[in-house]
Amino acid sequence: MTATREPRTPDRPPADIVFDHVVKRYPGQETPAIDDLSFTVRAGETCCLVGPSGGGKTTAMKLVNRLIDFDSGDITIGGRSIRSVDVTALRRDIGYVIQQVGLFPHMTIAANIAVIPNLLGWSGDRIRARTDELLDLVRLDRAFGKRYPAQLSGGQQQRVGLARALAVDPPVMLMDEPFGALDPITRTEIQDEFLNLESEIDKTVIFVTHDIDEAIKMGDRIAVLRQGGVLAQYGTADELLAHPADDYVADFVGADRGLKRLSLRRMREIVAPDGLPDGATEHADGGVGPSVDADASLRIGLSTLFAAGADSVRVTDGDRVLGRVSLAQLQGAVSGSAV
Amino acid sequence: MTSYFSFFGENAGLLLQITLGHILLSVVAVVVAVVLALPLGAWIGHLHRFSFAVVTVTNVFRSLPTLALVAIAIAFVGFGFTNILIALVVLAFPLVLTNTFTAVEGVDRGTVEAARGMGMTGPQILFRVELPSSVPLIMTGVRTSWVYVVATAYLAVFAGRTDTLGDVINDQAGYGYAGVMAAATVSVVLAFLGDFLLGLLERAVTPTGLRLMAAQARGAAVPVPA
Repeated sequence: MTATREPRTPDRPPADIVFDHVVKRYPGQETPAIDDLSFTVRAGETCCLVGPSGGGKTTAMKLVNRLIDFDSGDITIGGRSIRSVDVTALRRDIGYVIQQVGLFPHMTIAANIAVIPNLLGWSGDRIRARTDELLDLVRLDRAFGKRYPAQLSGGQQQRVGLARALAVDPPVMLMDEPFGALDPITRTEIQDEFLNLESEIDKTVIFVTHDIDEAIKMGDRIAVLRQGGVLAQYGTADELLAHPADDYVADFVGADRGLKRLSLRRMREIVAPDGLPDGATEHADGGVGPSVDADASLRIGLSTLFAAGADSVRVTDGDRVLGRVSLAQLQGAVSGSAV
Repeated sequence: MTSYFSFFGENAGLLLQITLGHILLSVVAVVVAVVLALPLGAWIGHLHRFSFAVVTVTNVFRSLPTLALVAIAIAFVGFGFTNILIALVVLAFPLVLTNTFTAVEGVDRGTVEAARGMGMTGPQILFRVELPSSVPLIMTGVRTSWVYVVATAYLAVFAGRTDTLGDVINDQAGYGYAGVMAAATVSVVLAFLGDFLLGLLERAVTPTGLRLMAAQARGAAVPVPA
């Protein structure tokens, strides 16, 4: 949180979300939609729920704000069972973002963002201040407040959807394929911005996606569900990619999981402190050769190395050369125990 | 025999009187129909249930000839204003009901789900989200029912009322073709005029955001403030 922010809603600390042996069975269906699901999303973390269609990922998410009710087990937020709270109060404390965005077409952007604050009886001044603050947060000009949803692009609408979900600073957010309907460029842009924003707002997030790459990018942890709402594996992206629990998970994260792991780490982390790594020789053209930024991913490093046909690549941090990384080092970083 | 045009001049007093009576009857019938059908249609549309019942009721009501209803109603309420009012309400009710129900049920699922997920209660969703989005379609139903009712209110004569345009329209022997034509003309003008006025009302009560959305759906450029 930057120190210069306007007076705002008192910070509400994020809370753990715990699934405890949750079962959901739809009437008339042989197999449960969610079967004995147990895992914990730690406070402040983003958990991506991934799985095939019919794997129950959206169902699992909707159990948390009780758009769907489970049959047995329990879900707690910050230690309190979601069944012990009034359902309306529960939902107002959970930010909700969906793929269709679902802005109210007859209301201005400002009115859309202010729906829940209005229902909670906030004063006009407080609502205006908060609306401006949120528009700043999602990087929309404050003048957008007076426009209507029909006047916004898809990406802009989803920014408003985010702002609306954050209106009362809920400790928990549920996001159902929030960027799924956007074109690839807008999607990447808004993903990056959301990652930035997350570091500022500190929420516990459950993020549903069918796209494993999005899950790897957005999630601190990933829960892979299989058909029938069974948890196949729960762990960090690196754990999933390095040690998939079974063939199903291995298949789901993709045969190129070695390459995907390269995306998770930065050149800075594996560059030898100085000098040359073992076996590498200075490039023929007098030590110029290919170079990459220290904050680039290993994947970019590998690509640079291949493109130049070199044995190793220089890692630079501004004007400074940190050292060199060889193909063998890149290989070692994703194959062995190096995590 | 007076001509069509001179009938208006020679019978201005009578025409004015029965026109006002015609308007009063039609307005009351449409208002009653809206008061009954709007809440019912809105609630059923909100629940996303009982749509089969709506279709059935609508079809039954619409298949009842108004004249037959007037005759049947004589047995229950006798002659008079109530009799013809019931017949006209039965005519208008299904039009408003169907449009309201269709409009509310048809509000974008994502919008309603977002509202529910955010913690809006059922009534809040209905009044703050679904009904405002439904205004144009509901108004279409009201406008259609107005046209139907005005065109049918002349049957009031058969319910024993002599203060509608039907008084002249049904009395060709007394007023001649010129009279029948003149009264029928007034009835047509009433239908169009009412529809026009309701159109103005519709425009006034349709939220700006919805107009922009409709313009966008038609492919027109949506004005964006600089």
